[in-house]
Amino acid sequence: MAAKPRVAIFDFTGCEGCELNQLNFENQLLDMLEHVDIVEWREAMDDRPGEYDIAFVEGSLSTPDCIKRINEIRRRAKVLVAVGACAVQGGINGMKNTQPIEEVREEVYGKDKYLFPTLPALPLSAVVKVDVNVRGCPMTQMEFLKVFTALVMGKKPVEPTSAVCVECKLKENECVYEKGMICLGPVTRGGCDAHCPSFGQYCTGCRGMVPEPNLKAMEEILVKHGLSVNEAWKRLHLYNTHELEGLKS
Amino acid sequence: MTMNLDINVEHLTRVEGHGNIVVNMRDGKLEKAQLEIVEAPRYFEAMLKGRSFHEAAIITSRICGICSLGHQITSLKATEQALGLEVSEQTVLLRKLLIHGATIQSNVLHAYFLAAPDFLKVGSVFPLVSSHPDVVVRALRMKRLANDIGEVVGGRAVHPITPVPGGFTHIPSADELKELKRRLVEDMTPDLLATVETLKTLAGEIPQFERETEYISLRCDDEYAFYDGDICSSDTGRVSDAMYREMTNEFVVSHSTSKHCRHNRSSYFVGALARWNNNHDKLCDLALQAAEALGLKPGCTNPYMNTIAQVVEAAHCTVDSIRIIDELLERGLQNEDPDQEPKRFGTGVGATEVPRGILYHEYTYDRQGRIIKANCIIPTGQNLENIDDDMKKLVPEILDKSKDEITSYLEMLVRAYDPCISCSVHMLDVDFLE
Repeated sequence: MAAKPRVAIFDFTGCEGCELNQLNFENQLLDMLEHVDIVEWREAMDDRPGEYDIAFVEGSLSTPDCIKRINEIRRRAKVLVAVGACAVQGGINGMKNTQPIEEVREEVYGKDKYLFPTLPALPLSAVVKVDVNVRGCPMTQMEFLKVFTALVMGKKPVEPTSAVCVECKLKENECVYEKGMICLGPVTRGGCDAHCPSFGQYCTGCRGMVPEPNLKAMEEILVKHGLSVNEAWKRLHLYNTHELEGLKS
Repeated sequence: MTMNLDINVEHLTRVEGHGNIVVNMRDGKLEKAQLEIVEAPRYFEAMLKGRSFHEAAIITSRICGICSLGHQITSLKATEQALGLEVSEQTVLLRKLLIHGATIQSNVLHAYFLAAPDFLKVGSVFPLVSSHPDVVVRALRMKRLANDIGEVVGGRAVHPITPVPGGFTHIPSADELKELKRRLVEDMTPDLLATVETLKTLAGEIPQFERETEYISLRCDDEYAFYDGDICSSDTGRVSDAMYREMTNEFVVSHSTSKHCRHNRSSYFVGALARWNNNHDKLCDLALQAAEALGLKPGCTNPYMNTIAQVVEAAHCTVDSIRIIDELLERGLQNEDPDQEPKRFGTGVGATEVPRGILYHEYTYDRQGRIIKANCIIPTGQNLENIDDDMKKLVPEILDKSKDEITSYLEMLVRAYDPCISCSVHMLDVDFLE
């Protein structure tokens, strides 16, 4: 039998909820561990060795030290997987990017603002090549399992491209707009089985945009349902500031 | 005796977030003993500015995955107070059930996965899979059930979906709650008793270290306080949650991107041990039996015993979850719509006991229901000064040990607090300049 893939798990700027979700595979964790060797995971273990077949990386890059570490991880990893909205598209941390950085720092630390360096929050792909994305905030667990299985089998995982609306319709949910709420399902990338609308909540766009989103139409729908243009764009930016700023230019 | 000592543990493992332990001793004199917090700042205050009240809990939940439920509930309480939104008794019961689930999950995760490897002298939980398979399977079963409470009631355990200002977007069915109750009775209760037995065999591994300090937690008259109550200090007694700034007094130190806190002394303790010391008279019998079996006594001043207090609380949360489910079933579940029509626009404070201690959120809203001012004070930030004070007392007491042993004692000390560094470096603080 071939050697098991060596797996490492890393975290950058974020809430570590995606890593926690990896520990939350209680029913599958022991089976998963049979197929890989976890060689590095700061949140769960002490060891720190050298090279890995697969690196799962959570969080966005927001300090000079982050940039150094991600380059080092990329050098050591055969396959690099971005896990969760912060790593894939910058996520919620990106909201600070549209405000002057000096103001942001001063608001929090006052006269001590220069004690701690900071950069705009970036997705991993802004600095290194990313091989696979597991999207969502927190990362969608069934998508992680699919990606994990594919990589262990030596296959390339397929990334979903259709909108959340497609999966929501398949589940025969009542449309969120029919309930007098707004929803970002039409432009948000599926793969989550429309989890939030299935629990009565609107889609907040955590999985990033579909390829070539029709943002003008999305803005019109949101305005038609009661948001101002400004508020509509704020909702769209929640997890997607980096991506939307990129689409603008 | 070691006259010179330098310890520098970079990116301490098995804690949530990034921190370093630094100790320097020169000619027998302790120059430095501190936990450096190097987590990247995230600047949540900039993110919240101008955001709708619908989004406040969604955003602050992302301060921390492990504590996401605690942030959500605390945020909702602050928003509801600021906007005059009413919540039903059913909403309060479901929120308390969610808090219990999150507390069990977090406490079990810490005791088994993060702290236990220290007692068994291994680097992680993974070697235990083959050496102690029954224990690992038990821990996973307990964690799964605790997470299932979050999934059934909250729609998801990490960053729950259904809790919103004024109530819930989705109410669980009676059958789902009955099934949770069955598993709490048939699986969780025996698993807790077995956990106590396992921990009894490891009790000798818990370091003997005492330091008197101030303990701060919520306290209320009719139950072991998690969801509601006054702020209670073991030194100075009870005050209303509106007084939280006087109880925390945040300040910046250069070795930490998280602010520190103090109140009546140079530092104070929040978390399971503080709750135990202040509220042990409100615990159920099963929890009190667990405490007795594990040697946890009222007025405990050994910070390493925090892990034991967490297990005692898991027992209490299990018994109380069963009680809450019974009450919900007896009342009959109502499909209520959340009250989201603001009656006023002002300032509101939420204070909740989350697994790592007392958490405060405060928001001020403008007339469009958008945030103009926000403040969050996090349990781990409140504990940082206490951890530094512990290290300053501990290091001189264990100088006869090897450098590796001293390092291990210090790592175990920090882990005993179950620090959540992502949370503490949320940086959601100062008033916005319009």
